[in-house]
Amino acid sequence: MRALLTGGGIAGVFALAALVSFFWTPYDVEVMDISGKLAGPSPAHWFGTDHFGRDIFSMIMVGGRVSIAVAIVAVGIGIGIGVPLGLTAAAQRGSMLDELIMRGNDLVFAFPALLIAIMITAVFGPSAVNAIIAIGIFNVPVFARLVRGAALSLWTRDFILAARVSGKGKVRISVEHILPNVANLLIVQGTIQFSLGILAEAGLSYVGLGAQPPTPSWGRMLAESQTMIGFAPHLALFPGLAIVLAVLGLNLMGDGLRDLLDPRIRRVRT
Amino acid sequence: MLRYALSRLISLGASLLVASGVVFFALEIVPGDPASYMLGMNASPETVAALRAELGLDTGALARYLGWVGGMLTGDFGISYTYRVPVAEMIVDRMQVSLPLAFYALFLSTAIAFPVGIWAASRRGSLADSGVMGVTQLGVAVPNFWFAMLLVLVFAINLRWFSAGGFPGWDKGFWGGMKALTLPAVALALPQASILARVMRSALLDTLGEDFIRTARAKGLTRGQALRRHALRNALIPVLTIIGLQFSFLLAGAIIIENVFFLPGLGRLVFQAISQRDLIVVESVLMLLVFAVVAVTFAVDLAYAAVDPRLRRRG
Repeated sequence: MRALLTGGGIAGVFALAALVSFFWTPYDVEVMDISGKLAGPSPAHWFGTDHFGRDIFSMIMVGGRVSIAVAIVAVGIGIGIGVPLGLTAAAQRGSMLDELIMRGNDLVFAFPALLIAIMITAVFGPSAVNAIIAIGIFNVPVFARLVRGAALSLWTRDFILAARVSGKGKVRISVEHILPNVANLLIVQGTIQFSLGILAEAGLSYVGLGAQPPTPSWGRMLAESQTMIGFAPHLALFPGLAIVLAVLGLNLMGDGLRDLLDPRIRRVRT
Repeated sequence: MLRYALSRLISLGASLLVASGVVFFALEIVPGDPASYMLGMNASPETVAALRAELGLDTGALARYLGWVGGMLTGDFGISYTYRVPVAEMIVDRMQVSLPLAFYALFLSTAIAFPVGIWAASRRGSLADSGVMGVTQLGVAVPNFWFAMLLVLVFAINLRWFSAGGFPGWDKGFWGGMKALTLPAVALALPQASILARVMRSALLDTLGEDFIRTARAKGLTRGQALRRHALRNALIPVLTIIGLQFSFLLAGAIIIENVFFLPGLGRLVFQAISQRDLIVVESVLMLLVFAVVAVTFAVDLAYAAVDPRLRRRG
């Protein structure tokens, strides 16, 4: 419970900061102030300023929008496509369709998100949308496998048999009985994929495959800070800490949710 | 066992075939013709046509796909559009950085994670265990490229123990090369070691609760002896799977880390190729990485089945 509250609190602060950044940031992130560039942390600029004199605290607030949006939509794609696939595969266990879905999953699994992103970028050029698609595609087999595995064991249970005897079809059983019973798993895995999505987005933006200038993003702030790390380490420090804290918060939240929603595995934490 | 291996091998081949189709035809829809891109805007149509013929771009997509796949099977990856040298040579050159880096990181990650995971599991619930869990929780959350930048700041810029980047080449000596790969490997390894240590710990805790451990204790083994002689072997099965999975993450991660240290590896090659529209290079590097991932999965599947006969029945 403590992990859930701590993690949820940290994640909440980041979500709130990103939301507030739509209406207000301490400084305008598009206004440059060359005379005040590369200033260290001070009461006026809590996290200092970058090589264009932009306020880093404000940029981190705005950058959170990209990270959160990319990660949320990518989890949405993973659940939206992966869950129906997993449910179908389990309902049609052993059929050609099941085999096809599972082999398709294996195939997508062979493409790490980075490779998908490289491929999409080679075709369409770099953008934040590419990052969403790449991470989203990567999430699909994760959810499909999770749901299939859980659904397979549910299909052998008596309450499903009762539903079949009462004349319900496979689709109805999947939606009305299987889905609610895997919802907890989805919430936990969704949180984990959310935090992995933030890490992946940062990595893609860092190598230039994600959000493009002038949109501030944590990964790109790090890429830009790299040549200046020797004399202005604060440029690299704060965006990195933002990523670590956001991911840590979400991971703690995922652990807490798992303990809360699935008491069976409460004893052994991984 | 042989039948299982054969069926996995067939599915490996099928995966690679489908993957090569996906990679090739996805990149085929790229707008813009490499030949006109290479020659610039002022090239005459005749020169462009001649170059297209030289690169083999004037034949149909299917014929070029078959030629590409057939070539790869015999080690011929085609000619780079930009540099006009065989792609295979470029890749072999760059792999001498990326592959050792991934293996170095895998070695470090395993060498750190095993003792730490075992130590935490054997002192379950103690302060040491909580400490390990806390540190690894943090380690999982750290992006490896940011960690790499911090390493550069501390060990290259402030302490001057390592150079901040670049690679001298293996011909300048083995240790020089290893030294240049040390910071990148550490940066790659620590987040993976955190995951692996947690898996090791929980796998050990799972097996420590089994009846055969109680039997081992009952016949007089100490907790430590039971852990080393009986629990560890059984816990290794899930751990090995994770190590196999991590190799593909390390290979992909190496591509990003190479950017931090300006290492001339596959990552730098592929990003350069994207910006220069050198599609044949992008396609070939992608296929190589997919092959590495699929091959490692295959090896892990086999190792897994060799250790646990129950898994041979269903792939």
